[in-house]
Amino acid sequence: MDTDDEFMSNPSSEEEDMMPDDSDNDMSGDDDFDFDDEPDPEDIDIQQDFGSKKKAVYDIDYKVYRPQDIQEQQDDLIREVNMILNISKEEAAILLRHFRWNKERLIEEIMDKRSQTLETAGLSENHTQVPRLQVIPCFACDICCEDEEGLESFALKCGHRYCVNCYRQYLTQKICEDGEAARIQCPSDDCNLIIDARSLDLLVTQDLTDRYRRLLNRTYVEDRDSLKWCPAPDCENVVECDIKKKDLNRIVPTVSCLCSERFCFGCPNEDHQPAPCDLVKKWLKKCADDSETANWISANTKECPKCNSTIEKNGGCNHMTCRKCKHEFCWMCMGLWSEHGTSWYNCNRFEEKSGTDARDAQAKSRVSLERYLHYYNRYANHEQSARLDKEMFLKTEKKMVSLQKESGMSWIEVQYLSSASQALQTCRRTLMWTYAFAFYLARNNLTEIFEDNQKDLEMAVESLSEMFEKPVQDLADAKVDIMDKTSYCNKRRVILLNDTAQNLAEGKWTFNVEFTNPTPLGAVGSSSRR
Amino acid sequence: MGTPGNKRLVRELADCHQNPPVGLTISVPDESNLYKWHVIVHGPPNTVYAGGNFGIVVNLPRDYPFRAPVVTFATRIYHPNVTNDNLGNICLSILKAENWKPAIKLVSVLEAVRNLLIEPQPDDPLEARIADEYKNDRKEFEKNARSYVAQYAKGPVKWENAEPTPATAASK
Repeated sequence: MDTDDEFMSNPSSEEEDMMPDDSDNDMSGDDDFDFDDEPDPEDIDIQQDFGSKKKAVYDIDYKVYRPQDIQEQQDDLIREVNMILNISKEEAAILLRHFRWNKERLIEEIMDKRSQTLETAGLSENHTQVPRLQVIPCFACDICCEDEEGLESFALKCGHRYCVNCYRQYLTQKICEDGEAARIQCPSDDCNLIIDARSLDLLVTQDLTDRYRRLLNRTYVEDRDSLKWCPAPDCENVVECDIKKKDLNRIVPTVSCLCSERFCFGCPNEDHQPAPCDLVKKWLKKCADDSETANWISANTKECPKCNSTIEKNGGCNHMTCRKCKHEFCWMCMGLWSEHGTSWYNCNRFEEKSGTDARDAQAKSRVSLERYLHYYNRYANHEQSARLDKEMFLKTEKKMVSLQKESGMSWIEVQYLSSASQALQTCRRTLMWTYAFAFYLARNNLTEIFEDNQKDLEMAVESLSEMFEKPVQDLADAKVDIMDKTSYCNKRRVILLNDTAQNLAEGKWTFNVEFTNPTPLGAVGSSSRR
Repeated sequence: MGTPGNKRLVRELADCHQNPPVGLTISVPDESNLYKWHVIVHGPPNTVYAGGNFGIVVNLPRDYPFRAPVVTFATRIYHPNVTNDNLGNICLSILKAENWKPAIKLVSVLEAVRNLLIEPQPDDPLEARIADEYKNDRKEFEKNARSYVAQYAKGPVKWENAEPTPATAASK
């Protein structure tokens, strides 16, 4: 980076709200809803008018649900369909799953062609037979061929009757081994009746029904495009966000779970602001690819001008003789050695035509490699530091305890260390992705502003990081300083992300790779899911 | 109940002997092991396979009938839905794990295999080239299929070919 002019991007306007955004998701104060801790419960539509309700341009609207909320959502929908259509709750659930929880389409289709819809969803209109365990005289199970007296058997409304042992084994295998729940059919050939939750309760034990319910919850979340599991290990929360695929080139939809895990709603990756999903995908692929090995080869080796064998020069003079084809050439200019005339061992023929092409290709390769490595090293460095910061966080917790003991500070008074540690991690993550983002940026004024913001954030982060390594006894004295630096880091991060998000939303960035520049924000309305 | 499959297998085998299915000869090579069947499918009349005898090895998993049987051709056959190699894997939708139902009888599976010889399913092929030929150059297909019959499917069935087939080999 060679631009040294200090760029201050209007700091006064950013003063108001500088909370690290994972500490507080509460975006509005609606309280007429069951769930207490979610951000903005009233509306899941993406707010298109940035700036009015938002604290930052890059913020998107989303809600976090806990497992019981997910259960309630399903129960509510099931209850609704159950009342509107006058069918049992179990049947309503099967119908809803069949229609991927699209209640409107479900009701429409049922009104339109009731029996056909019920049948394709795996339901029967037969109301006479209530499925229960029965002992039927002279019954022989068609699966195991057992026919002993008193054998308990079960049949769905279709009447295909099998013994409970076979039913149990069938269900256990489907649920435990195949991970199937929503689409378990009657064991009979050519019968597509779906086994409902109540029948399952009759047949299997508690642990299996628990697993069955978990699987059903999983399909519920997977069936709805606006829901996504929090990827944190051991976290069972679900995030709802109405972001569309086509929005992803102008928004980086980062969400933050109640467990404080930050992740991208648009792709399977962690929080990667400010880089858009598409560039992240390209970057990760590039970093994983062997193409960079090839880059190294072309930067560190040359090809024999005649037979194209790859040669690495490991010392010696410039007079090369290809081991394979015995071609003699000059390592410096790649030209024929014989053209060097009497100036042996001293190539002064830089302008020689026979060597220029090879040298050009060589130079290009070096430039692109060095450019990549510039960004990659910084990216990797912040990634590593973020990882170390995570370890540091655990140490911080210990520090906080000892600080409480040594300085007599209360638990709440030492929380500044936790905030500082969190800020460090979040900022490093952002920095890391700024380098992936910058790799794809074409050089222009915007890019320079971006790099200045990047530099400011980097300096702020390093200076906070330094504070953090102080011995425990000094931490108490540095409290004000650490708090200032934490707040400054968060502030710089918001400035950088705001600037990037704004330009992204307006389609102002110029990338050096193919990236479909978005239409301006206002032009695209929100569309409904299929 | 250790192996619910066993009683069922005895019954299925008895049924097959009592009412032999059309065009199929069923045997169990090792009477102490009902989990392996040898079946000869006689090439259905009025098809290119007429006159051929096709060996089919049926390997039943231990948790049969809750898991689908593994069915492979022991005899080489020129067919869009059977791999053109020594494995003889078959593409049959009822044998896929997600479609298999424990109430399906083995004899229906075997009849489905025989039906495949009467009516190949070129739109769901295992051998794309043969399927293509079947659809676009029927004459050539028939010629090739007949020459396979003449070369491999005449005389007594050789079961050995199918022996090395791994039991896990899934028919796609």
